[in-house]
Amino acid sequence: MKHRFLIVGLLLLFGLSSVWAQTEPPEADSMVVDSTELFPAAVSDVQVVDKPNDHGHAVIVTWETSADDGGGKNNVLRYEIFYSTSFDGPFDSVGAVPAGTGEFRHIGSKEPLDSAFVPDYTDLFYQIDAVTADPTIRTTSDVLGPVQCSGQWFNTGRIPVLVAVLIFGLLTAFFVLSAKRGKKLYVRPIGGIEAVDDAIGRATEMGRPILYVLGLGSAADVATIASFTILGRVAKRVAEYQTELIVPTYDPIVMSVAQEVVKSSYFDAGRPEDYKEDCVHFVTQSQFAYVAAVNGIMLRELPATCVYMGKFFAESLLLAETGSLAGSIQISGTDEIAQIPFFIVACDYTLIGEELYAASAYLGREPKLLGSLKAQDFAKAAFVVLAIVGLLAANFEWSEFTTLFQVID
Amino acid sequence: MRRTTYIVVAGVVLLFGLSWVLHAVSMSGEADGIERAFMITMAAFLTLAIYSFLYKDNPFYKFAEHLYVGVSAAYWMCQAFWSTIVGNLFPRLSEGLSSYFQQPYQASGWNITYWIPVILGIMLLMRLTEKYGWMSRWPLAMIVGTTAGLNFVRYLRSDFVVQVSSTFMPLLGEDPHRWQGFGAFISNLDLSATGQLAAIVSNWVIFIGVICGIIYFYFSKEHSGAFGRASRLGIWILMITFGASFGYTVMGRISLLVGRITFLFKDWLQIIS
Repeated sequence: MKHRFLIVGLLLLFGLSSVWAQTEPPEADSMVVDSTELFPAAVSDVQVVDKPNDHGHAVIVTWETSADDGGGKNNVLRYEIFYSTSFDGPFDSVGAVPAGTGEFRHIGSKEPLDSAFVPDYTDLFYQIDAVTADPTIRTTSDVLGPVQCSGQWFNTGRIPVLVAVLIFGLLTAFFVLSAKRGKKLYVRPIGGIEAVDDAIGRATEMGRPILYVLGLGSAADVATIASFTILGRVAKRVAEYQTELIVPTYDPIVMSVAQEVVKSSYFDAGRPEDYKEDCVHFVTQSQFAYVAAVNGIMLRELPATCVYMGKFFAESLLLAETGSLAGSIQISGTDEIAQIPFFIVACDYTLIGEELYAASAYLGREPKLLGSLKAQDFAKAAFVVLAIVGLLAANFEWSEFTTLFQVID
Repeated sequence: MRRTTYIVVAGVVLLFGLSWVLHAVSMSGEADGIERAFMITMAAFLTLAIYSFLYKDNPFYKFAEHLYVGVSAAYWMCQAFWSTIVGNLFPRLSEGLSSYFQQPYQASGWNITYWIPVILGIMLLMRLTEKYGWMSRWPLAMIVGTTAGLNFVRYLRSDFVVQVSSTFMPLLGEDPHRWQGFGAFISNLDLSATGQLAAIVSNWVIFIGVICGIIYFYFSKEHSGAFGRASRLGIWILMITFGASFGYTVMGRISLLVGRITFLFKDWLQIIS
């Protein structure tokens, strides 16, 4: 009997000790670190302002970096920026910047259906998370805001450009009016353009066509616009000499404008019946397919003269080399600096950069073109003077002058 | 066509077929082996056809040229239609058209700004009619005028204002190579690319190069006397720049040639691994 009580007692003791073992709080482990100690300090002094000098839909957020960024626990890896149109959220992530950065520009979309759309004239709230290498360990700042963004009519950072536009506009107007009043404006002879008439004469004598390539630019590129003027002059001479003209184009709009230009030149020459609309034709809008087609035309039609005026890219040497192979006199002009060397080595005459624009004025002799060319020359003279003064300012550290030319976006 | 031409064409067709068969056999384990073999053979044939232009104009070049022009013209037309008209215009214009072309409707009510390009586009197409062809000049004028106006400000900024400020440079060096006198310059003479001498020479070359280059492009005065000498120096500087640019670009073209040759020898002939 005693044994039974002893056994029951031992079993009860065992059971109680087991229950105790389960309910007793675990002994503190000295190796486990309290995770709250890993959380970095939040950013401070957060400011949100509408981005100035823009079309709206943008906010600049600035802050003092976390005390644990570059110091303290030194565990901040990046800052994540969240925004919401409500103080209570939900907040959406709009970007992140690396540690050490104290500014974020939230440039949103202006399209209402775009996921990145940021509305104007609406309260916006921001939060910044200081994030560690473990993305779950982060500290969120207080909610900042509200701020409203809006567009501005004037970008004050571009005042130097406005001044330059006004001065250049006034100069152009002055010289155009002077030219219209009959004042003779001198333009020095330009070698390449003097050769155009000779080249057209050569084509007439040989009974072979003239190939005019307008390049790969759009109808709004300055080089293409200048090329239209030269094309007009070439087409007029072609009409007078009754030579064939071939103008393969890359851009449909350029083709339309070129057709108008050539047509009016034939009218001016008194030979509208000789104008064939197909002489200006569209090829394709693929760069090298266009080159392949023009090269084919060169080798089959064997033009006496090839004129390349406009915007050219990697195809410049391919065209000029084939023209040379076909035995054509070649005159080129482009404002694409990287392509000018290819034209120089492969063509007989090359108009370098601005010579192309000057050539159109030189050929056209129209008051508007001559006036703008004169204004450009005055602008260049002003450039030289300003560069010298600016150079002195830079050397003598007159920052007041040099800052006048700083353009801020 | 001459008899020789027939023989050459037949030979090329035979080689094409042989290449296709051999590649198809080597790719027989792959699911689309026959198609891939055809594509590789076709690519090699077109590459060689285009290169045959180096010899002279020939039927193979003509074939490759016309294929390329035709495919690209059709491709860009489809691309323009589907990306511009279907992808951009219809979803902002009409819910019916958007759903017909399975595009998400993006408009928030009637907006006249999307109708302006439609009207201008239709006016542009009027050139196809003889009677109303004059209407196409209006959108052309708008395209050219608007873009020229926008570019005017852009160019004046990048090519004038910013360029002016870029020439404001210290001709006697700046920190940490600021001019401390001739004695200090000689005693600390550093011929490295980052040294004071290189910095000073570089700044002088930029300044003189810019000024003389601009003088070359001055059209209102005859280039004679001192002005002419400065202009000649300007064209020398331009030519040296073009020479450097030429060499740099030629190197880029050589890498393109290497790419094509690698394709021919590796993917097609499988001579190199």
